[in-house]
Amino acid sequence: MEFKTPEQEIARFRGRVLAAGVFVFVCFGLLVSRFVWLQVIKHDYYSTRAEDNRISLVPIVPNRGLIVDRNGVVLARNYSAYTLEITPGRIKDLDATIDALAGVIDIEAKDRKRFKKLLEESKTFESLPIRNRLTDEEVARFVAQRYRFPGVDIKARLFRQYPEGTFASHVLGYIGRINDREKQRIEEDDERAANYRGTDHIGKSGLEQSYEDELHGTTGFEQIEVDAGGRAVRSLARTPPVPGRKLVLTLDAKLQKIAEAAFGNRRGALVAIEPGSGGVLALVSMPTFDPNLFVDGIDPQNWDALNNSPDHPLIQRAIYASYPPGSTFKPFMATAALMTGKRSATQAISDPGFFWFGGHQFRDDKKGGHGSVDMAKSIIVSCDTYYYSLANEMGIDAIARTLGQFGFGSRTGIDIAGEASGVLPSPEWKKKHFKKPELQKWYAGETISVGIGQGYNNYTMMQLAHATATLAAGGVMYKPHLVKYVQDPRTNARRVIEPQPLKTIPIKPEHIKVIHDAMVGVNKYGTGARAFAGAQYVAAGKTGTAQVFSLKGAKYESHAVGERLRDHALFIAFAPAEAPKIALAILVENGGFGAESAAPIARQVLDYYLLGKEPAGAAPEQPGAE
Amino acid sequence: MILQRLWRRIAAPIDPFLFVLVVMLICFTTVVQLSASPDRWQAQMINTAVGLVVLWTAANVTPQLLQRFALPLYVLGVLLLVAVALFGQISKGAQRWLDLGVMRIQPSELLKIAMPLMLAWYFQLREGSLAVRDFLVAGALLAVPVGLIAKQPDLGTAILVLSSGLFVIFFAGLSWKLIAPVLLAGVVGVGAIIATEDRICAPEVQWPGLREYQKHRICTLLDPTSDPLGKGFHTIQSEIAIGSGGVLGKGWRNGTQTQLEFIPERHTDFVFAVVSEEFGLLGNVGLLFIFLLVIMRGLMIAANGATVFGRLLAGAISLSFFTYVFVNMGMVTGILPVVGVPLPLVSYGGTALVTLCLGLGILMSVARHRTLLQK
Repeated sequence: MEFKTPEQEIARFRGRVLAAGVFVFVCFGLLVSRFVWLQVIKHDYYSTRAEDNRISLVPIVPNRGLIVDRNGVVLARNYSAYTLEITPGRIKDLDATIDALAGVIDIEAKDRKRFKKLLEESKTFESLPIRNRLTDEEVARFVAQRYRFPGVDIKARLFRQYPEGTFASHVLGYIGRINDREKQRIEEDDERAANYRGTDHIGKSGLEQSYEDELHGTTGFEQIEVDAGGRAVRSLARTPPVPGRKLVLTLDAKLQKIAEAAFGNRRGALVAIEPGSGGVLALVSMPTFDPNLFVDGIDPQNWDALNNSPDHPLIQRAIYASYPPGSTFKPFMATAALMTGKRSATQAISDPGFFWFGGHQFRDDKKGGHGSVDMAKSIIVSCDTYYYSLANEMGIDAIARTLGQFGFGSRTGIDIAGEASGVLPSPEWKKKHFKKPELQKWYAGETISVGIGQGYNNYTMMQLAHATATLAAGGVMYKPHLVKYVQDPRTNARRVIEPQPLKTIPIKPEHIKVIHDAMVGVNKYGTGARAFAGAQYVAAGKTGTAQVFSLKGAKYESHAVGERLRDHALFIAFAPAEAPKIALAILVENGGFGAESAAPIARQVLDYYLLGKEPAGAAPEQPGAE
Repeated sequence: MILQRLWRRIAAPIDPFLFVLVVMLICFTTVVQLSASPDRWQAQMINTAVGLVVLWTAANVTPQLLQRFALPLYVLGVLLLVAVALFGQISKGAQRWLDLGVMRIQPSELLKIAMPLMLAWYFQLREGSLAVRDFLVAGALLAVPVGLIAKQPDLGTAILVLSSGLFVIFFAGLSWKLIAPVLLAGVVGVGAIIATEDRICAPEVQWPGLREYQKHRICTLLDPTSDPLGKGFHTIQSEIAIGSGGVLGKGWRNGTQTQLEFIPERHTDFVFAVVSEEFGLLGNVGLLFIFLLVIMRGLMIAANGATVFGRLLAGAISLSFFTYVFVNMGMVTGILPVVGVPLPLVSYGGTALVTLCLGLGILMSVARHRTLLQK
């Protein structure tokens, strides 16, 4: 208990007030020093952070370049459509939301599956499409109910479309969503990584893949001021995107269409090349598939159907699958004989119908043989015996060396990926190819089969067509290419893919003439005569029948085995023989004799290309029409 | 003649020095709110008008009358807090409001004034015969409402009510021997928390007597990046706003952080970030100077108070005003935890404004009472 006078009381109180005043001063001093720290000393740091906060670079994805054929027929284009998109990060119960959405807009099981798959490979703040290509009615229905679905939006997106459907699908290829592996590759290159911000599709195969850089264009950027919620407030600056360049192909869509139609439902491949430029006029792989299926991410049913089909529609038969060339190899063997001086054109052999070598009889098709056979006749009647003996005389090394000059056994360098190199057999190749020492040795008997395009011979139709075009051009070899020029859509400036002569094979013109004449003979009164009866132009050709099936990875359904054990039918041709404008190679899998199933296809293709004549009956629809 | 008399009648209770400062603050607030929240500008003008009427009215009430209100207001406030605890509405995880059918009231707001009134009244009652026991009673009178408010939970109001009471006790003459160890313990405690932040902020560690959100709030203060999108977001963004403001600021309505809505509650508790960003260090120090003058004027009024009640009340109100300013600026600049304390007369909102004007009015009343006595 202490008693104090009011004066003492007031004095003490004033002391306390003074202490309080000092305390206030100290605390405010603390605040001021904090202000100085933030606003003077750390000012630069926070200014930068404020700028980062405020400006967001939003990529503007460029329009992908078009792909058109040599006449301007559009083969790949873009169109704008509405998609229903979900941002998973903004949604609590994804399944419930999708269920509720399904009550408004038709969402099928495959849409859900595709969405789940996208979800696995995406970040949750990305907006992912659950339904593509909404109709106007669907858009209206959703908009009316939008309030129920936070985190679900309708967006307009550009879609790749292949208006011709299954047409030339192996050439065009398709685009699909960028997967993790592709993303990694893109991100290795900073410039490329920046250019792919905002892009979610990339070329997966065919031209779409090999000309990705041209087709993609340059991503634009918009500097957008954003608020904390990420909402755009206003645009500060805009760097417009540069649209992807247009690919103008050497391909002739109509020709391709006629060729595809000519195959009907048979499997096979056709490659047609301009001998004077290397431009590919048609590149057929049958059966085809619809690349439109891949654009949104293919659904499992379609994928299974394509992947498990015994016909293997996804295999690019024209450049990836390799086949023994059969008798179509003979003109090249003959050329090699002339080049190496092993045979003259007039030198004839007597064909008893078989060739004896090392105690083994190599048979000819024709019992009793063709009698006396010179080089021209050997090609026209497709005499095996002639080539058995020729191969034996030349020896495998000379065959490999000379035929190698025509590009056999090496990639042609065509401008789409996935080309196989095939096999031009040689002792070196055998040594490399086989592991077991007893299999590594080259046997002289194996050379004999090589002479008629059998044995280890294995080429793609691309190579065979390339060699045929080279032969047609008198030995001048051009690099095959599908793109004629690349065009900038804004300036219309063209980057022309100039015909690229790779080399000139040293063949004497008189030797060329022998081979050309013999091949003309094939179509006049030889194995191709039926197919080319009444042709208004002179076409050179050679039939072939290959005994070995070697489509890689093929498995056979038991019911199809019978059909699938039949020989492959082949045909090579060029026309007009005197000044070739087109050279081609055709393969019909299990088509039997080349003369029966392959040569008629060549006839239709040449008739159209040289005469503009369309095949009667099953006339293909006009390209460009939908 | 009538006008002159009317003017005298109006001006009579007004402390001119404080009033000029208040008018300066109101003008400043108008400018800031026009930038931070232009839509609410008119509503804030109405709030201000109401606040000024309350201020003037309170200035007219004599301290003697106020003394009579002390106990009933305190009892009413505590009863309402109990009612809130029993029947209150839960909103945003906190139970703060009573729904009286016609209006919702937040009784904790009443205690901001009732608490210092009550304790000043109590010490006035014990004038001249102050014993240690009286400080214990005062502590108990303080603990009840503060405990109820903290339980709601409303940390910001609890701190304001607690500090207003502690200031009365401090001015009443609580021995330095008691104050010093508590202050020391506080400093050591805060230092220890900062030093051991990593360990005590680990998710599995529970803090005795504190709720998870309170621990979270303190830990976020220690390391705002630990919760960059939650509570830390406030601090990080307001620090960016303040820092990027620099010495001169970005200019009125040019604050990107503010205008682009990076600052949450930019018109209420975080309005100071707007000031800092747009008016820079200069604006901050200027504003702080006005506040300092208000507090100093308040302390002067307290020092010259005629009665114990008046002195204690004026002192407590002045320091409470300081607490508002310090806690608010401290949390916005990232040196104190984020608690809901507005910046006096600058933050948008009617209730706090009215409470503060009531306090300023009481200050004027105390000031006037002294002059009346001297006359």
